[in-house]
Amino acid sequence: MHIEIDEIAKSFGTTAALHPVSLAIPSGALVALLGPSGSGKTTLLRILGGLEYPTSGRVLFDAQDATGMTVQQRRAGFMFQSYALFRHMTVFENIAYGLRARPRAQRPPRDEIARRVTKLLDLIQLPDIAARYPSQLSGGQRQRVALARALAIEPRMLLLDEPFGALDAKVRRELRHGLREIHDTTGLTTIFVTHDQEEAMELADLVVVMSMGRIEQVGRPQDIRARPATAFVREFITG
Amino acid sequence: MSDTVPDTPITRVRFRSATDERLWVKVVLIAVAVLGIAILVFAPLAVVFTEALAKGWQAALQALSSRDVQSAIRLTLLIAAISVPMTAIFGVAAAWFITKFDFRGKAFLITLIDLPFSISPVVAGLCFVLAFGANSAMGSWLVANGYPIVFALPGIVMATMFVTFPFVARELIPVMIEQGRSEEEAALTLGASGWRVFFTVTLPNIRWALLYGVLLCNARAMGEFGAVAVVSGKIRGQTATMPITIEMMYNEYMSVAAFSLAAVLTALALLTLLLKTVLELRYADQLAATRRH
Repeated sequence: MHIEIDEIAKSFGTTAALHPVSLAIPSGALVALLGPSGSGKTTLLRILGGLEYPTSGRVLFDAQDATGMTVQQRRAGFMFQSYALFRHMTVFENIAYGLRARPRAQRPPRDEIARRVTKLLDLIQLPDIAARYPSQLSGGQRQRVALARALAIEPRMLLLDEPFGALDAKVRRELRHGLREIHDTTGLTTIFVTHDQEEAMELADLVVVMSMGRIEQVGRPQDIRARPATAFVREFITG
Repeated sequence: MSDTVPDTPITRVRFRSATDERLWVKVVLIAVAVLGIAILVFAPLAVVFTEALAKGWQAALQALSSRDVQSAIRLTLLIAAISVPMTAIFGVAAAWFITKFDFRGKAFLITLIDLPFSISPVVAGLCFVLAFGANSAMGSWLVANGYPIVFALPGIVMATMFVTFPFVARELIPVMIEQGRSEEEAALTLGASGWRVFFTVTLPNIRWALLYGVLLCNARAMGEFGAVAVVSGKIRGQTATMPITIEMMYNEYMSVAAFSLAAVLTALALLTLLLKTVLELRYADQLAATRRH
């Protein structure tokens, strides 16, 4: 899905989290929102997902105004920083949640839900953990379950908030490839937030560098590396 | 080369962990604790039951079968049955509102919830009498239309709810703050409606805290004396609850009756405690699984 961010601004009380920013994300791209903490990248992601509403500006999904759409209508596969798995549900119930929450007319029958959950567990390469609780999983397993849960609703896009933030370096590298593969198989427009420039540069097709609520530069990793647009970008990507 | 190693005497060092204490310190501390609990908790408990049975089972049962005592037991159970669910619902609503939303005046609302803790129950009871009693405009209208509040069941229930209100909310607020909002947000992004999120995510996550809050609230609702004493008017056989009946009988030197009823009240409290322990044992693994990961 093609996403267009048109002059989106957001302020919390008197502090401006986002100055008007505009950005076009082509369908099927894997995009990194890169920046230090407080740069507004998570706010922008949450606005896309419908968890925050912008103070001004518009969001367009496939050229249709989605600014006023509720979080449920947007059908964005959202993955949270600490994964926010439902701790009182098994992995199976976690992944099935979105399908079971559908209105009766659109809800798949029981065995169809089970079949889809099994398929997703295969996709994340954890076929045997359906009966476990989140507290019994490792960090990397939780991340993948969260991804499967987000994919289960057949989302129109994937929004990932620091998808590798809570993991150690080795697992992080493995899962980076995992995300790339899942992106390539599903073909979903995927936007992830990160403060790690190496991660953004290695994984993304398009990198959006942000600072202090503004977009500093948008470009392919190699272009940003070759021609940083501002002093901030130069500093941030070499630092 | 003669490298003579000097004969160092092997001194045996006894390592003690940093958090360990010397034996006599341990013994003294444990003894003080045991003594304290024995004097403050077990001795009074034992006295209640021995006094109740001082003249045998027959006398105790006979005292409990009197009309006034039966009415007091029924009234107390009825009050708990009405006020505990109400307090639970209001407590969940208040805690949910306070922890899941940001708004102006939040700190004030939290203070307001704590108010019953800091106000003397007697004063609270007096406030109800002044507001709804026959001398107030509202009270006289209500009495004239056949809905007396003070010296009747509604007043007692209101006073009990006022006193017990903080128990559920106070128990839930820290738990809900600690759990944050992200699970609810996740459920929303997965397409769940607000009510569905509440019943499938919020409520299951707080059920243990809610249970503790309800049990505490129940214990207090059955045992409340001060506020109810003022509001009820202590009408024997009508508005006298268990604690009030106990006090009246004790003042009239009906010691077997007073202690028998006190034993029943105590037994109800112990039963609640037992229930909590059984549930905790039964669902131990579920409790562990739902802790923050």
